[in-house]
Amino acid sequence: MRLQYPTNVRIIRTPCTGKLEVEYFMKAFENGADGVLVAGCEEGSCHFIEGNLVAKRRVNYTREILSESGLDKERLRMINMGAADPRPFVDKITDMVETVRKLGPNPMGRAGSKDKQEIRP
Amino acid sequence: MIVAERKKIPELVEMLKGHKKILVLGCGTCVTVCLAGGEREVSIISSALRIASRNSGYDFEIDEMTIERQCDNVFIEQAAEAIAKHDVVLSLGCGAGVQAIAERYSEKPVYAGLNTSFLGVLEERGVWTEKCSACGSCVLHKYGGICPITRCAKHMLNGPCGGSREDRCEVRPDRPCAWQLIYRRLKGIGELDRLKNIEAVKDWSTSLDGGVRMLIREDHRI
Repeated sequence: MRLQYPTNVRIIRTPCTGKLEVEYFMKAFENGADGVLVAGCEEGSCHFIEGNLVAKRRVNYTREILSESGLDKERLRMINMGAADPRPFVDKITDMVETVRKLGPNPMGRAGSKDKQEIRP
Repeated sequence: MIVAERKKIPELVEMLKGHKKILVLGCGTCVTVCLAGGEREVSIISSALRIASRNSGYDFEIDEMTIERQCDNVFIEQAAEAIAKHDVVLSLGCGAGVQAIAERYSEKPVYAGLNTSFLGVLEERGVWTEKCSACGSCVLHKYGGICPITRCAKHMLNGPCGGSREDRCEVRPDRPCAWQLIYRRLKGIGELDRLKNIEAVKDWSTSLDGGVRMLIREDHRI
C-alpha cells in the first residue's frame, strides 16, 4: 500500500491497551509529550476480552484530569482499529498530529532533544 | 471502609498557591482501596499538579510519598523527615488522616486533597455505596442487617414512610427503598414479627449530637 504517516510519531508497543494506566498518560504529558494516541483493537475483538474497553474508560478519565490541569483533552485520544487495516491508522494518526500541531507544544517542554523525540519507526 | 473521592485539580491549585515545596502524601489503607488516595492516585494527582502549576504560572515543587496509614502514629513517623523538608502537606488521606498529620506537625500547613464521603462497601467494580453512619449505637440486629438510619433517606426507625414507588426510594429513585429491603430480609429470615415492635426515639448522644466522640480501652492502655 506504501502508506506513509507523519514522521514525528513515536510508537510504543504494549501487550494490550488494557495494560495502560492513567499514570502512564500523565507521566507522558508531564515529561513533555505533545499528544498521545492510544490505538487499540476494535471493540469486541480484544484478545483479553475487555482490555480495549478498560483502556477507553481510562483514557476518558485521563482526559478529564488533563482538562482540569489546563491541557486540552484532545491531546489524548483513543482509536480502535484492526491490526491489518492500515488506512484508518494513517488517517487518524495524521488527524491527531494536525490537532496537536494546532494546539501547539505542550507547556511542560520536551524532556530530550528534538532528534531523540522524533524517531522514525 | 472509609470512602473518599478526589478534589478537582483547580481547587487543589487554589489551595496550594503561595506554597513552593509540596509533599503529596497518600495513605495505604481505606483510600487506597477506594482508589482515591493510594500510591497510584498520589502519582496521578502529582503529575496533574505539576502540569497545572506550569500552566497557571505557579512554581510548585512536588514530591510524592505514601504511608501505610495516616491515622496511626507509627506510620506517620515514617513521613516525619519528608514532611520537615516541605512547606506544605497535601494529604490524600481521609479527614481523620489529614487531622492526624496536622495535629502532629503544628507549624506545617496540612491540606485535604480528598473529600471524605462515607462509610461504605464496594458494590461492584467502581461503585461504592454508603452502609453505616457510625451512630455509635448499632440497631442492625433489629432490621435484618439493613441500616434504616443510613440507607433510608428519612432515617426512619419505624418505616416505611409511604412515599416509595415500587421498591424505589422517594428521595433517590435510583436507590432502593431501605424499608422494602428490610421487609424482604426479615421475611426471608423468618423475623417479620420484629416489625410489630415500635422503636422508641433513638438516643443520639452516642452520635455527633453528643459532641466529639472518644473511645478508651483501659485493657489496651499502657
